[in-house]
Amino acid sequence: MAKHAYVYVTYILTTPQKVWEALTDAKISASYWERENVSDWKVGSRWEHRLPGKSPDVVGEVLESDPPRRLVTSWKVPGDEQNPDRTNRCVFDIEDAGGKVKLTVTHSDLGDKALADVSAGWPAVLSNLKTLLETGRTLPDPYGAVANHPKG
Amino acid sequence: MTDEMDLVFKALADPSRRHLLDRLHGEAGQTLGALAEGLAMTRQAVSQHLALLEAANLIATVKRGREKLHYLNPVPIHQIHARWIAKFERPRLDALAALKQRLEGEDDG
Repeated sequence: MAKHAYVYVTYILTTPQKVWEALTDAKISASYWERENVSDWKVGSRWEHRLPGKSPDVVGEVLESDPPRRLVTSWKVPGDEQNPDRTNRCVFDIEDAGGKVKLTVTHSDLGDKALADVSAGWPAVLSNLKTLLETGRTLPDPYGAVANHPKG
Repeated sequence: MTDEMDLVFKALADPSRRHLLDRLHGEAGQTLGALAEGLAMTRQAVSQHLALLEAANLIATVKRGREKLHYLNPVPIHQIHARWIAKFERPRLDALAALKQRLEGEDDG
């Protein structure tokens, strides 16, 4: 299977610390991403991406953790975690860009199906994150036009 | 927010730049050389268009060795979409877009 990569960038009027929190705090992530990101965010730890109170849609491992600058996780399909064809990798780079934060999401090792899901989902997730951090509100029905969230 | 949107609309106002975005939509992660291939533009002109698109955050770039790979970054376009298209309009707009696409046989409007 062909492996693809995708890169998304958004500039947010906020601080790196706030972006880090939004990515790693279960409650905040649920507010703009619908799903909560759960882990202790230590290298080697497991992380889960799940609807609050439900079983996870994505699981994986924390590969790098350098708060508030860089977070690297693997993304796997629950129940098929040993399958390298369905394991991909997501890097969050959080850079100070002169009063703004440049958030770069690099999602790589994507199979064809995962590429379609990711390319439909990330723009919505990142738009909503930007809106939340800049205004304190989330977009109404951010995922109404999106069939799939980013998932493995 | 307004300045960001000004840059996006200015960048999108040029057909050559929209064409470059179409090419990146077709295949992500292309080099300047690959993007300039088959275009009636100098490499330098393509490079300038890409710089404008990057300034508007419509493309993201990644360095790989000596190469620079270009990716379409649709986040600002999603923000335009989220700003002006209401929830109840989406299904009907999707239906109209699908109809137009079927009748005209094209997908780039």
